[in-house]
Amino acid sequence: MTPTLQLFLIVSAALFSIGLLAALSRRHAIFILIGIEMMLAAANLNFVAFWRFGPQTSSPTGVMVAIFSIAIAAAEAAVGLALVIAVYRHYRTTNVDKLDQLKG
Amino acid sequence: MSTVAFIVIAILTLAGALAAALLPRLIHAALCLVIAFVGIAAFFFLLGAEFVGLVQVFVYVGAVAVLIVFTILLTRQTDENTRGFNWSGILIALAVFSGLVWVILQTPTLSIAALPIEALTVKRIGEVLMVDYIWPLQGVGLLLTAALIGGLILVMEEKRP
Repeated sequence: MTPTLQLFLIVSAALFSIGLLAALSRRHAIFILIGIEMMLAAANLNFVAFWRFGPQTSSPTGVMVAIFSIAIAAAEAAVGLALVIAVYRHYRTTNVDKLDQLKG
Repeated sequence: MSTVAFIVIAILTLAGALAAALLPRLIHAALCLVIAFVGIAAFFFLLGAEFVGLVQVFVYVGAVAVLIVFTILLTRQTDENTRGFNWSGILIALAVFSGLVWVILQTPTLSIAALPIEALTVKRIGEVLMVDYIWPLQGVGLLLTAALIGGLILVMEEKRP
């Protein structure tokens, strides 16, 4: 018995949920970025799995989307971490609960 | 595609991801994130997309993880109250996970095994990238340049007049 598409999708769903857990429940800005990266990686896994199990593997569409997604995730991580450093310089904290200047 | 390899990689990836989400020390979480990313790259190798697996290792393990560790070291702080944990996040994540699994298990056409395919060579990927995806490729190049400049401007020291 070889792994089916279902198993890959379930692993990907678990990874997405763990990323969501990290993004929703941690108070540290870097943890939120880690969670977002995990969710993006789970989406990439879905793209490649659907390509591999799909009827037309001769045109590598899923692989291409995964490559572009990785590049965009890298840009997102760079800008996000630069924002964390800029916020830390101003407020001396990376706790997202303390960044409530715009709260009415 | 062997089942044993799949199970081992799945356990490794999910354990690394859970540790990255739940460990209290930030630096430990970043190192566990590296394990999860290596596991995802192993999944890509298992699925026959070796090039994407290599890109995953280069970009995530090589660049993003190092960037995260650098940021942790640059924003180290003494107060420990950033360790707080919001328990309602667990409920939401569990609800999302059970919803996704329910939908996946309800769909009958997903329980298919992989057909043998011819190997996807880097030459083929290069051809497709340079012919069919030339405009997205240029757009990604522009985006990466803009992100590089934006990141530099964000972290530059402000000049005091």
